[in-house]
Amino acid sequence: MMVAAAITRDSVPVLRRGVRRQFDRTRNCAILMAPERVIVLDEIADAIIESFKPAATVSDIAAGLATRFRAPAQEIEEDVIAFIRELNDKGLIVL
Amino acid sequence: MNARHRPAAPLALMAELTHRCPLQCPYCSNPLELLKVAQERDTEFWLNLIGEAADLGVLQIHFSGGEPTLRPDLAALIAHATARGMYANLITSAVLLNEDKLQALADAGLGHVQISIQGADPATADRIGNYKNGHAKKLEIARLVPKLGMSLTINAVVHRQNLDQLPAMIGLAESLSADRLEVAHVQYHGWALRNRAALIPTREAFEAADAIVAERRAALRGKMVIDYVVPDYYAAKPKTCMGGWGQKLLNVTPDGRVLPCHAADSIPGLEFERAGLSPLKEIWEQGRAFETFRGTGWMQEPCASCALKEVDWGGCRCQALSLAGNAAATDPVCHLSPRHEEIQRLAESESRADHREFIYRRL
Repeated sequence: MMVAAAITRDSVPVLRRGVRRQFDRTRNCAILMAPERVIVLDEIADAIIESFKPAATVSDIAAGLATRFRAPAQEIEEDVIAFIRELNDKGLIVL
Repeated sequence: MNARHRPAAPLALMAELTHRCPLQCPYCSNPLELLKVAQERDTEFWLNLIGEAADLGVLQIHFSGGEPTLRPDLAALIAHATARGMYANLITSAVLLNEDKLQALADAGLGHVQISIQGADPATADRIGNYKNGHAKKLEIARLVPKLGMSLTINAVVHRQNLDQLPAMIGLAESLSADRLEVAHVQYHGWALRNRAALIPTREAFEAADAIVAERRAALRGKMVIDYVVPDYYAAKPKTCMGGWGQKLLNVTPDGRVLPCHAADSIPGLEFERAGLSPLKEIWEQGRAFETFRGTGWMQEPCASCALKEVDWGGCRCQALSLAGNAAATDPVCHLSPRHEEIQRLAESESRADHREFIYRRL
């Protein structure tokens, strides 16, 4: 069995083609729209995806969020990596 | 009776724009009595419906059929859905598309194209779809989808007469740069029920396919998602049909009737309201067909006292009708159904039948 692509601090995550982040006014929450799927985003998840920029690495994203949420960078980085891994497995994020 | 409370807003709308289709797949999920072009609704009807659905909270729209690209107004409908904040999916055979047409759909905001394949090689695939050169055309269009920035799903419909090609079909989806592969065992409704003896795989073949999917899914993790729809005659638990009747999805037929599922038409006694005549919100929240099997109040034993009744919602109502003769019965694919063993025996015996001829779907 092959192991999934490794996600490191230097990975640059982007939404896969056909995946969009938007706000759902009916249910009053941030969502990810993907083929035949809707994923509800909590505040942190939404902030992570909002931080995706060309050439922004996982550590750049984590540093920005650590400042914004006044949280330890190390902890945030672990959360960001776990989240990106989960969405990569689901085919919503590519590295 | 359960306390009546308003159902949550629907997530998805299946828009069956037409029943017309150039392919004649013998497992088509459309009803046996297909609607003709004169019965189809016009552009204005669909534009209004899309607006009502957006107001109701629908997030995903699936343009389906029949073959939805037969409608010249498809791009306009996609553009309207996108403008109203919906995510547009297209479920197509792709054989009538070309690059210009596909580009127009991408420009309208289409996010996702799902293309069906009938096999891994042209001879097998074109025989099953009964359409010459269909397979080659599908591959040509599939290659364009990612290039135009849209998500590509390959939908490989599998059954006894092509299941041996499963590894090749997975390889084909990979080579097309598909984002997702849906390996869908035929579900036995409509035309597929009529052709069941020519389609149902043996239990051994099903188990072998299961192992192949599990292995390839793990190997392709992070690259291509494989979704797997099992042939539920061989399952022990019923599928959560439509995510629960009247809970997530609305299906609108080419003539504008609003159904809780695309096959609900097969259940006698259910009456369906017409969009445009009553507000969509009212149909969703109070329509008789939606209320009939919504929630758990309609359930009989063994469903009524089952711990899983709010997990699988009793399975598929249409299958309960077609196999147990009663749409309110427990879906006979459930191991708790008194008809379960009989259905499994039927599946096993039909799967060993020497029967290859198809009754093709025709208007």
